[in-house]
Amino acid sequence: MLSITTFVIVSIIKSVIAILLLLTAVAYTVWLERKVVGHIQNRWGPTRVGPFGLLQPLADGLKFILKEDLTPPHVYKPLYIAAPMIAVIFAITSISLIPIGNWVSIAGIHTPLEITDVNIGLLIILGITSMGVYGVALAGWSSNSKYSLLGGLRASAQMVSYEISLGLSLVGVLIMAGSFSLRTIVDAQGGTFWGFIPRWNVFHGQEVAFFVYLMSAFAETNRVPFDLPEAETELVAGYHTEYSAMKFAMFFMAEYANMITVACLATLLFLGGWHGPLFGPPLLQGILPVFWFVLKVFCFLFLYIWVRGTLPRFRYDQLMAFAWKFLFPLAVANLAITGLIVALRS
Amino acid sequence: MVPLSYYLVLSGILFTCGVLGFLIKRNIITIFMSIELMLNGVNLSFVAFAAHWQALSGQVFVFFVMVVAAAETAVGLAIIIAVFRTRATLNVDHVNLLKL
Amino acid sequence: MLHLALFTIFGAVAVAGAVNLLVQRHPINSALSLIAVMASLSVEYLLLGAEFVAAVQVIVYAGAIMVLFVFVIMLLNAGEEELTRGSRVAILVGIPGVLIGAVLIAWTLVQHSGTGEVAIGALPGRPETIGWLLFHDFLLPFEVTSILVLIAIMGAVVLAGRPVPTSQQPRKEA
Repeated sequence: MLSITTFVIVSIIKSVIAILLLLTAVAYTVWLERKVVGHIQNRWGPTRVGPFGLLQPLADGLKFILKEDLTPPHVYKPLYIAAPMIAVIFAITSISLIPIGNWVSIAGIHTPLEITDVNIGLLIILGITSMGVYGVALAGWSSNSKYSLLGGLRASAQMVSYEISLGLSLVGVLIMAGSFSLRTIVDAQGGTFWGFIPRWNVFHGQEVAFFVYLMSAFAETNRVPFDLPEAETELVAGYHTEYSAMKFAMFFMAEYANMITVACLATLLFLGGWHGPLFGPPLLQGILPVFWFVLKVFCFLFLYIWVRGTLPRFRYDQLMAFAWKFLFPLAVANLAITGLIVALRS
Repeated sequence: MVPLSYYLVLSGILFTCGVLGFLIKRNIITIFMSIELMLNGVNLSFVAFAAHWQALSGQVFVFFVMVVAAAETAVGLAIIIAVFRTRATLNVDHVNLLKL
Repeated sequence: MLHLALFTIFGAVAVAGAVNLLVQRHPINSALSLIAVMASLSVEYLLLGAEFVAAVQVIVYAGAIMVLFVFVIMLLNAGEEELTRGSRVAILVGIPGVLIGAVLIAWTLVQHSGTGEVAIGALPGRPETIGWLLFHDFLLPFEVTSILVLIAIMGAVVLAGRPVPTSQQPRKEA
């Protein structure tokens, strides 16, 4: 057992590291997106700042900080200022419950590779992400502009609808692992079938659930092909039409932080977390799980960007029909079948 | 250790605020929110008593209260939308006729 | 000591939110203060050990029900409430009546609640145990609530859906 002082110090160190990592990851996901979409569309993407444009995120950040922060005269000020903060706070908080590797011992302190390990981790993450809607909805309402309002309305309806399919798609995994703890869920996915197919949930009867999760996750994070709330051809920029400078950057950060959270969750729940082939000296064996985890998250993010570069946008009624008439029944069917199989097996 | 009565007093205060809001507010949506506040106050006393008597059924009952509250909200907000569509007002004092 | 401190802080937030709900004139401010009440109540549940109820409180109450409220406020573009004759009567009669009621409740609590104390995390309501209870001891109520929710959904669709003009074909898409 750690003493309470060490615990507090270790927690603070871990929080700082997690936030720094997350912000760096957000910045470089933006860079990756611009680069990949650029190549998909036969362009170069950012190239000027640093080699391969690698310093572009720094330049962007500087630009956001130095720009004039306009506040339109007709907005409802308290909520107008609070909305981007709400969005970014809830987007960043959920990272604190995501384990990126097994337990490690550094200088005699045995600690998990996450800020805190709770046994209802997944439920808390779901709760935090469901609160994230308020940032978007309040931004839309308080801007007092029709584009923002429509974007906010669309966003809240869409996120509430897709949250149901998202939650239901996770229940199959929960039934198989028998726990809400992300660590237990990952541990249940260790090992292989016949020596070469990993025992990840996505190869272990949860293919349909993974599909539902993928679709709902795209919609939850308001990404193409479900980016109706910020459809630039119809709504200018949706809920953040009236925002500029740092406040706009906060929405931007929240969106990418949500993408990363969703990618981490997909990795933990369906892609086996930090499981992967281990080899080499002990130090390498210690680092490899984290490497596998990051690699899987990267692949998921790459998929996100690939889809953005490829698919057109849905129409709004198609979006709602897709959620309620296709994904929802699919998730329920998957849940029923998984439950039946698990019940028969035990 | 916190005395059980502290939890009960907190739940009583929340419930009273809910009743007060229900009586003095004129906006249908706010009145509806006051009902939710009352339910929340009651839920707290359920959980507190569950801890006191070591009976989990109190927590299960809170779960049921939440489900019923969700159902009630869905229907209630639909009624509010229907009322707004015919009267174009949310003030309960202006919704005093039985006919359209 | 820690328990009492946390209880006091979040209890104060809850009471402040509840009072703010009454004071604010604009429904969206009331809705936000109600969200604050719900979030701090979920911390109180955690203090009592009811972790599942706390999580469901955030997911269902703060994350779904209140989103619906905010959505309707946005949709109907609800403005500040105006004071009418009815509201003045309600304030004049309501506040004293409620105060009397509150004093009665407080008196009853002080008289009957005894000196019981609850420890931090007194009754761990783990999801497994709650789930076991729901699907064994409370199976019938559980199924009945599911039917209730189904009826509520249908009722909401009927009430809030646009009335179909009799001369036209019913709309294909919702």
